[in-house]
Amino acid sequence: MNEFLLPVGVLSVLFIGLAAMLIVAERVLINYGICAIDINEGEEDIEVEGGDTLLSVLYDHEIYIPSACGGKGTCGECKVTVDSGGGPVLPTETPLLTRRERRSGVRLGCQVKVREDMEVRMPEEYLHVEEFASTVDEVEMLTEDIRFIRMMLDEPEEINFRPGQYVQVQAPSSEGPVYRAYSISNADYEKDRVELIVKLIPGGIGSTYLHNVEPGDPVTFIGPFGDFYLDESPDTELVCVGGGCGMAPIRCIVHSVLKRQPERKVWMFFGARSLADTFYMKQWEELEEEYPNFNAIVALSDPDPDDNWEGETGFIHLSVDKYLDENTSRQAFLCGPPPMIEATTEVLQEKGLRPDQWYYDEFN
Amino acid sequence: MNPTPALIIMVAAVFTNNILLANFLGMCSFLACSRQIDTAVGLGAAVVFVSTATVVLNHVIYYQVLVRWDIEYLQYIVFIAVIAAFVQLVEMFIERFSPVLYFSLGIFLPLITVNCAILGSSLFMVIREYSFAQAAGFGVGAGLGWALAIILMAGLRKKMLYSNVPRPFQGVPLVMIITGVMAMAFMGFTGMVSIQ
Repeated sequence: MNEFLLPVGVLSVLFIGLAAMLIVAERVLINYGICAIDINEGEEDIEVEGGDTLLSVLYDHEIYIPSACGGKGTCGECKVTVDSGGGPVLPTETPLLTRRERRSGVRLGCQVKVREDMEVRMPEEYLHVEEFASTVDEVEMLTEDIRFIRMMLDEPEEINFRPGQYVQVQAPSSEGPVYRAYSISNADYEKDRVELIVKLIPGGIGSTYLHNVEPGDPVTFIGPFGDFYLDESPDTELVCVGGGCGMAPIRCIVHSVLKRQPERKVWMFFGARSLADTFYMKQWEELEEEYPNFNAIVALSDPDPDDNWEGETGFIHLSVDKYLDENTSRQAFLCGPPPMIEATTEVLQEKGLRPDQWYYDEFN
Repeated sequence: MNPTPALIIMVAAVFTNNILLANFLGMCSFLACSRQIDTAVGLGAAVVFVSTATVVLNHVIYYQVLVRWDIEYLQYIVFIAVIAAFVQLVEMFIERFSPVLYFSLGIFLPLITVNCAILGSSLFMVIREYSFAQAAGFGVGAGLGWALAIILMAGLRKKMLYSNVPRPFQGVPLVMIITGVMAMAFMGFTGMVSIQ
């Protein structure tokens, strides 16, 4: 009996002793006390328990700075200026900060830990981002893995956003709620709702959640975020290039612009693999008929023989190259996978566009 | 009982019986974290601390508890538990006082737990039948030796940054070759002291 009890007893005592040592060490070492955070020179003052990241304490106090990757340090959206108390710039931040940003104290909110009193500055509009409660109204599978979700707003009842902006949907996870960014796909005059077009990513927290909500389910999101500003001058042509669920913001932009400026020249390029990966084909056609200056071009890179496809083939940037002439005043909005963005921006550059005349939203 | 004085054991553990260059223990973090001198110094210091503290504590536990009650067979699990706890302690300490170092070490900081050099020193301490003082000397020496090797390597890699290395040898292969050359150079110390 003793030969079993003794080793078990020795190990238990040892493990408990080591655990106790670590608990004491944690109390002493990782105890920063209460830290005060001053936002925009006195506009807001919050007091928080030290030790967490700046991003998470701001969220706890209902200050929603954008964060598309959910605090993993990959998107670079959560930039704020830390004037004091941020500590040195970390290796995880350097790839996402320019030299000028580093000099002026810009940091990634998701990487900076609150260890002492801090002074933080951020764009005024972040303080006005709201949390919305909504109810799912309608869902529809657009392709095999892309789903349309319409959410009617409950509280507040209206959302004011610019075309091309996005919201962050709160999704449940094993570590508490997390936020994932999705572009708004309905027109900006439909203020009572938010419509999303979401591709299912295997293992993805946000997309799995949104692919499983049903009409009647509550959904919480924050927003709007995004720094795309539409060029409203009527002589500037608008070029939208998208692939897959990258069509979500483009759908919003096209509908919003055509309603306000029916005469505006708008090009829409939609890249997909085969006909089964396209959606809203009928809507695009109707829009083309209704607005003579709207051109929708769909290109299939790998059409199925059964599609009987007679339109454009090949990758979408080839169609952009084919249809656009050079040196016209244009603004371009691109949304899709990185190779598509890279190839399309090259084409746009050849057509005489400057980098400040295009805006892209890249995702994998 | 081993008759060598503790100080000699310490010096020997750094030069003639360098745990990395003579025993080739602790290679993975050595290869991964030897790119920059700052990181190498930080990781080296962490290893010195963990190695010293764990060899000393493991010596006490081994002789006062395991040997006394005839349960030496628990040595592996006990040693690893002590090492894991000390690595946690170091992790907290570094995160608190040097976040930059914390992030540049990344995963290799918690991985000191499975750094074979650390477990190796505790096991050598048992096999070579060191007394308490000798064990303490050996713990310090083993850590210092490992730190010396990784800092030397970081210095060499910095020098090599602009060298024109043939493609097949770039990166780890060249580091392995240089480690071999360094090990041979350290063999020059062999006649100085020797330990069992």
